[in-house]
Amino acid sequence: MSNPSPITHTLDPMKWIDNYSDYLFRYTIVRVNNHEVSKDLVQETFFSGLKSAKNFEGKATERTWLISILKRKIIDHYRKTNSKKGQAEVRMNFYNDGENEGDWIEERVPQSWDNDVEKKLENTELQQQIDLCTDKLPKKYAMVFRMKTIQEIDTEVICKELDITSSNLWVIIHRARVQLRKCLEDNWFNN
Amino acid sequence: MFKKLNITCNQATTICDKSQYGEAFFFDKIKLHIHFIGCKICVIYTKQNVLLTKFYKHKATTVKRKQDSLCMTHQEKDDLRKEFEKQNV
Repeated sequence: MSNPSPITHTLDPMKWIDNYSDYLFRYTIVRVNNHEVSKDLVQETFFSGLKSAKNFEGKATERTWLISILKRKIIDHYRKTNSKKGQAEVRMNFYNDGENEGDWIEERVPQSWDNDVEKKLENTELQQQIDLCTDKLPKKYAMVFRMKTIQEIDTEVICKELDITSSNLWVIIHRARVQLRKCLEDNWFNN
Repeated sequence: MFKKLNITCNQATTICDKSQYGEAFFFDKIKLHIHFIGCKICVIYTKQNVLLTKFYKHKATTVKRKQDSLCMTHQEKDDLRKEFEKQNV
């Protein structure tokens, strides 16, 4: 007896916008945190999908196939933001050479915060300050940090999606957290 | 042996960051606690880092609640549809 033939999926581009635009948009905005950029990436995904429709083999569903295109678009976006300018925005927190290598730089040493901080968790202004500090991060740092901390996506999945190693990821998370802590300290706790 | 247990503040804070996500190795956590004995700055950093985690956990629940309502506007979809139809000719 022969095996039943596998299910073959088909594409119906005329229904893409109605069926998938919201799904793809949500997938994108939680990663790039920018409405306009997300909208553009979704649009580019549909256009690329249209161009490469002839290469669709029908092995995956239409949605999975579109997501795989979108993932590549997000990686491209991530690479574009991964510029030298972005790296320069990160302030050094530790000496990187000499006998003090790895120690805190004096003016970056954490200061004590007041003891009632935890009670302020629901404070709207504090939430706004957290958003402002996150937005101040270099884009690639903000993207990785949001995926890991707010979206709680597994390290392995982020590395695969953004084509980075787990060491890269931890360096980014570390620098992002040191910077966020300092930003909240300067703009909220000791203000 | 003791050299292996000795870490810098940069390394200590990295371990602390990993442990916020439950991804620090057991041996690294031991090194971190040994580092705390001689470094009060990293103790402060760690306390504040734990708070940072709480802030963002709180944020994560708010964001996830709102997430389902995130979508493109009708106007944006109509514009996209027009552009798409041009490409699809």
